[in-house]
Amino acid sequence: MQPIAISVDTPEQSRDLCNKAGYTFPILSDGNASVIRQYDLLHKGAGENGHDIARPAEFLVDRNGVVRWRNLTEDFRVRATPEQMLAATRSLH
Amino acid sequence: MKRVLLGLFLVLLGIVTYAALFVRWPVTRDVPWTAFALFVIALVLMIGGLRNAPRKVWPSIVTAIGVALMAFFTVGVTVFTRNLPASQGSPAIGAKAPDFTLPDTNHKSVTLSQLTASSNVLLIFYRGYW
Repeated sequence: MQPIAISVDTPEQSRDLCNKAGYTFPILSDGNASVIRQYDLLHKGAGENGHDIARPAEFLVDRNGVVRWRNLTEDFRVRATPEQMLAATRSLH
Repeated sequence: MKRVLLGLFLVLLGIVTYAALFVRWPVTRDVPWTAFALFVIALVLMIGGLRNAPRKVWPSIVTAIGVALMAFFTVGVTVFTRNLPASQGSPAIGAKAPDFTLPDTNHKSVTLSQLTASSNVLLIFYRGYW
């Protein structure tokens, strides 16, 4: 399974985050939130200075490009745990 | 008055330790019980201190500040962080995940369909650090 993280941050901001946190999976930049809009995850004006950002969400996409599991939280403090995401991945096999 | 001030200190301690520390782990993040536990102790101290205080003006003001901070925090974690858009158009289970191409941290283009060709992909959308 390949994790991919997406936010409105610039590649440079995401690189800082990777360096600080030691993440090795790709972090993609959706600066104008076009993919975030495609996935209907836009949280208008919720970022710094009223910028549009993504609401947190996780999707497990299989090799046919089909969504097999997803988590749309109702509270942005409460996100899927690593255990939940790994359990969802294991259920595909 | 000492007890009232100690109560206010515990309120602040509960809020600061949640924001700086306990928010990192799901077991203390999802329900902020560390802060709520300190709030209960703080309330007992403040109410007890207020009852026994010979002059009530300052203890009342400190208690009011403490209660306001607790209310602010509680509304924050029950209302503000739940104020999310509905996302009805989000791809459901069984639906095709919309394909996309975005730059990674080295400005290299990454395409979802190219990744799914070789492995399952976990897409994690997050709020970002701006």
